[in-house]
Amino acid sequence: MTVDRETVVVTGLGATTPLGGDAVSTWAAMLAGRSGVRRLTEPWAEQLPVRIAAPAAADPAEIVGRVQARRMDRCEQFALVASREAWADAGAPEMDPERLGVSVTSGIGGIGSTLAGYDILKSKGWQRISPYTVPMLMPNGSAGWISMELGAHAGAHALVSACASGAEAIGYGIDMIRSGRADVVMAGGTEAAIMPLNIGAFAVMRAMSTRNDDPERASRPFDKGRDGFVLGEGAGMLVLESLSHARQRGARVYAVAAGAGYSSDAYHIAHPAPDGAGVTAAISRALADARVNPEQVVHVNAHATSTPEGDPLEAQALVKALGSAADGVIVSSTKSMIGHLLGGAGAIESVAAIFALRDQVAPPTINLEDLDDDVPLDVATEPRPLTKRGAEPMAVVNNAFGFGGHNVSLVFTAA
Amino acid sequence: MTDQEILAGLGEIVEEIAGVPADEVTPSKSFVDDLDIDSLSMVEIAVAAQDKFGVEIPDDQLKDLTTVQDVVNFVAKNAGDSA
Repeated sequence: MTVDRETVVVTGLGATTPLGGDAVSTWAAMLAGRSGVRRLTEPWAEQLPVRIAAPAAADPAEIVGRVQARRMDRCEQFALVASREAWADAGAPEMDPERLGVSVTSGIGGIGSTLAGYDILKSKGWQRISPYTVPMLMPNGSAGWISMELGAHAGAHALVSACASGAEAIGYGIDMIRSGRADVVMAGGTEAAIMPLNIGAFAVMRAMSTRNDDPERASRPFDKGRDGFVLGEGAGMLVLESLSHARQRGARVYAVAAGAGYSSDAYHIAHPAPDGAGVTAAISRALADARVNPEQVVHVNAHATSTPEGDPLEAQALVKALGSAADGVIVSSTKSMIGHLLGGAGAIESVAAIFALRDQVAPPTINLEDLDDDVPLDVATEPRPLTKRGAEPMAVVNNAFGFGGHNVSLVFTAA
Repeated sequence: MTDQEILAGLGEIVEEIAGVPADEVTPSKSFVDDLDIDSLSMVEIAVAAQDKFGVEIPDDQLKDLTTVQDVVNFVAKNAGDSA
């Protein structure tokens, strides 16, 4: 039995990524198959086994201004920039602030500020640490800043689940509206972790690509030659809104934020369960929550980070969740172009999935030259048209998984 | 160091840390009420002032330095003591 509930729609999009300083330029660059990965020329990279990354195309400090940038971690700056874009894109609704919420998070938080503060502690003493260090390092800092920017009083939240964080934040935003706590929620994720400690820490896990001589071809999800992920940075934001509120103010609707599904592997702190059961469960639960049949799904923006272990596991779990309907699904991994944005990934990839739904085109997975034999999917290597299957609205899926065994799957349907 | 020199130096610090134009940092202004500087930035300004003017500003005295003139007076009185 289903009960009546508020339908949640997406009315605004924002992003700042390795491909562009906003959502529109990012999407255009994705359709053009551009890579945002480059060689790291900073001196600190010299001693590391990984000397490539996908830095943001636009410096957020220049956008938020010098004084504000002193008080905000880079990840918070990305979040603010992307949320301003999403808010303007939604028409900057005049609304009751008690009905406006925030669900914005990060996988790691202000690690750059943590490290900088520690360096100053050691070199100059505690008195010289910035008094803004704590608000800069806390992973909920972005949610707090955005709540101030928008004057949002319904609650500002920051669920953390490593690389699933951005997707989980969107799921929580949907819940805030369904449960009647808010009419509009700014939801998304951000990350700024291109630093020696993070790269060293992921590299020592053997999780990163070491294709240092060929940066643009290093991130190659589903390809036989993949050797790990490439670290990216930036933020993605969605304005989620109850359909009734959106209709009342005549808002443009991109898509329906139809549902979210979650599972936890309870297997290993950093390895996915090899049977992929948790991933299958998250996707199946998301479809059930969205009241969407597998046949409606035309496109999946996969988590696929370009690691040897994760990509085929996700592919097989997807086939299990969708059954025979998997045959007609076009899969993309935009991480091939922007790298892995950790806590920002699920948010930016939801932005991409929603654009794909709107434009009815799947973005390419670049660098996919030789599809892994264990990936039984139709993976787009160039932009591919998406065609409705059957009478029900088209649906797209975005997956995001995180260390800790967190699996999140989101479903968006055509408006 | 003249009061005018201290005022100019303080203006530079406030502009750098809080973004308030240096020429708005005039003696009668209150840091909180007029210049809209919060307590966290005030800590940073105090540390920068200590470095620039070679004075120690103990926490229990910092809370009494509410106007620009208060800081100028404090620096004028104490500069050189610890230098």
